[in-house]
Amino acid sequence: MAAYLLRRIGMAALVMFVALSVNFAIPRLMPGDPVEQQLAAVSAAGGQTGNMAEAAAAMRARLGLDRPLAVQYLAFLANSVRFDLGVSVASYPQPVAEIVLAGLPWTIGLLGTATLLSFVVGSLLGAMLAWPRAPKLLKFLALPVVVLSAVPYFILGIVLMALLGILWPVLPVAGGYPFGMVPNADFATALGIAKHAVLPGLSIMLASLGTWAVAMRGMVVGVLGEDYIMLAEAKGLSERRIFLAYGVRNALLPQFTQLALKLGLLVSGAILVEVIFAYPGIGYRLYVAIGQKDVFVVQGIVLLLSLSIALAMLLLDLIYPLIDPRVAARNA
Amino acid sequence: MSALSVRNLSVEFATARGTARAVQNVSFDLAPGERLGLVGESGSGKTTTALSLLRLIRPPGRIAAGEILLDGADMARATAAELRRMRGARIALVPQGAMNALNPVLTCGAQFDDLFAAHGAAGGAPRVGELLASVGLGAEVAELYPHQLSGGMKQRVCIALAIALRPAVIVADEPTSALDVIVQKQILKTLIAVQREIGAAVVLVGHDMGLMAQFAHRIGVMYAGRLVELAPVRDIFARPRHPYTRMLIDSLPGFGERGVFKGIQGQPPSLLTPLPGCPFAPRCAIAMARCGVEVPETRILEGGGEVRCHAA
Repeated sequence: MAAYLLRRIGMAALVMFVALSVNFAIPRLMPGDPVEQQLAAVSAAGGQTGNMAEAAAAMRARLGLDRPLAVQYLAFLANSVRFDLGVSVASYPQPVAEIVLAGLPWTIGLLGTATLLSFVVGSLLGAMLAWPRAPKLLKFLALPVVVLSAVPYFILGIVLMALLGILWPVLPVAGGYPFGMVPNADFATALGIAKHAVLPGLSIMLASLGTWAVAMRGMVVGVLGEDYIMLAEAKGLSERRIFLAYGVRNALLPQFTQLALKLGLLVSGAILVEVIFAYPGIGYRLYVAIGQKDVFVVQGIVLLLSLSIALAMLLLDLIYPLIDPRVAARNA
Repeated sequence: MSALSVRNLSVEFATARGTARAVQNVSFDLAPGERLGLVGESGSGKTTTALSLLRLIRPPGRIAAGEILLDGADMARATAAELRRMRGARIALVPQGAMNALNPVLTCGAQFDDLFAAHGAAGGAPRVGELLASVGLGAEVAELYPHQLSGGMKQRVCIALAIALRPAVIVADEPTSALDVIVQKQILKTLIAVQREIGAAVVLVGHDMGLMAQFAHRIGVMYAGRLVELAPVRDIFARPRHPYTRMLIDSLPGFGERGVFKGIQGQPPSLLTPLPGCPFAPRCAIAMARCGVEVPETRILEGGGEVRCHAA
């Protein structure tokens, strides 16, 4: 087991190393110079006139962009390990780590909840759809859910915003908390945050429920055709026991893989929703940073994306042997 | 008093091209402790007959007519709750696909436990160990998952499951079809041993006449959904009455001189459009004019056998 653990962790570390290297290379391969662009923007706003070349050189030196590429690479690796992601070019001198960490709870809170909820509800719905004795009503209910999953979540978001935010204004359409609110650890704050999360959360959920349900339905139908289901029936087990312990339990295994992958992609999964709802999460910050050519912020967020995928895969590798004994045996 | 009595059993499958009559008018009795072998080629209805004894035919299949009397109750008409009580406890299944018949995510022990729990029977590790021992497995198998066992071991676990509640009837649906010849024989020996111990009757489905000869007291031959001959094993090999049975036995390879493999010419008829006469008539060497127009009735033979053939 220890060998298995070490191998998995080593694998995750390797993935991170490759991701870091790619992450280092890509912004430097992009056309355009972020420093010059930044300075041009500043001077256009009338903030700086003077020797632009000198200012640019000074800024490059501050950001470490004047050093040889190899030195930059090694420094980048060393800093990344310490989660020192440099400073933002656009909102200099705010550290990138600060920007990333400020957005993280919003994204994890909104997308984590929406993803887990749609996994649970969708899988349950799908399992019920595959059960021959399920109420007929359910099949009618399932149709709109499946149709909705064919609509992109950002379109759903706009429609929901128009319906519930503007036509019938019951929910806020932008931001992560009431405007001007001073956050406290009290009920009013929690309610304000929850209210702001409903529309973006709902658009993600509605768009993914159907996918979970259809996948689960297919899995359960497949599992119910297995020989062990017939033997379970021949043993005289109750229908409930067969459905849950033999059907759903086995059909859930691939769904878990899917869930882990989705959780890994959580941070990047719904950038458009965060943009549409001006939600202060990582996705929104990434969108803004790309617009501002804020290399270090983009780099920091992409690093976080790679890290979360690697972590999710590692977590899956660690959990899977517990839920599927066959995987444990193969790796022991 | 027979352990199981099947009367005029018919099973149909509704297909897009019409109703397929998979089993037609099959009747037989099983004495307590008797071992009956059901043989026939693919599609002859032997597995369908066996599974309908536990009412495990899935839609679009259904039992169209007949009675399956077990303990005085009719399995064909039992409610879902009655079925659950009978299955596993009074009539048990040894499944066909041993490879895939156990739930892969539960230990073998857990698959005994849920059988005991479903029937409110006393279980526990000592009882499971005892059952495993009776099929030649160690008690540690209870802790293992199915993928950690060989095919033969899995089939032994299935046999132990089948006898756990001492049923009156065990239905074994080609239990050895996925195993090699040596393991096949061991499994059948095990099945005979435990069946004798608890005094259960067994219906064994298979297509291997040689294996059947070693196992069964009586052999039933099925063809196109009908039981065409049913006789004690000695009689059926010494004096097969139905031409199909004769050809089945003749097609067994022997240890004598290497000859030409005989087999049986032609194909079985479609179950969707039954022939007006005997279903075997088109392939039969001794068919008469009557065979093409009149379905032969069951005739009782001396010695206890029965046959459906105009010529027999």
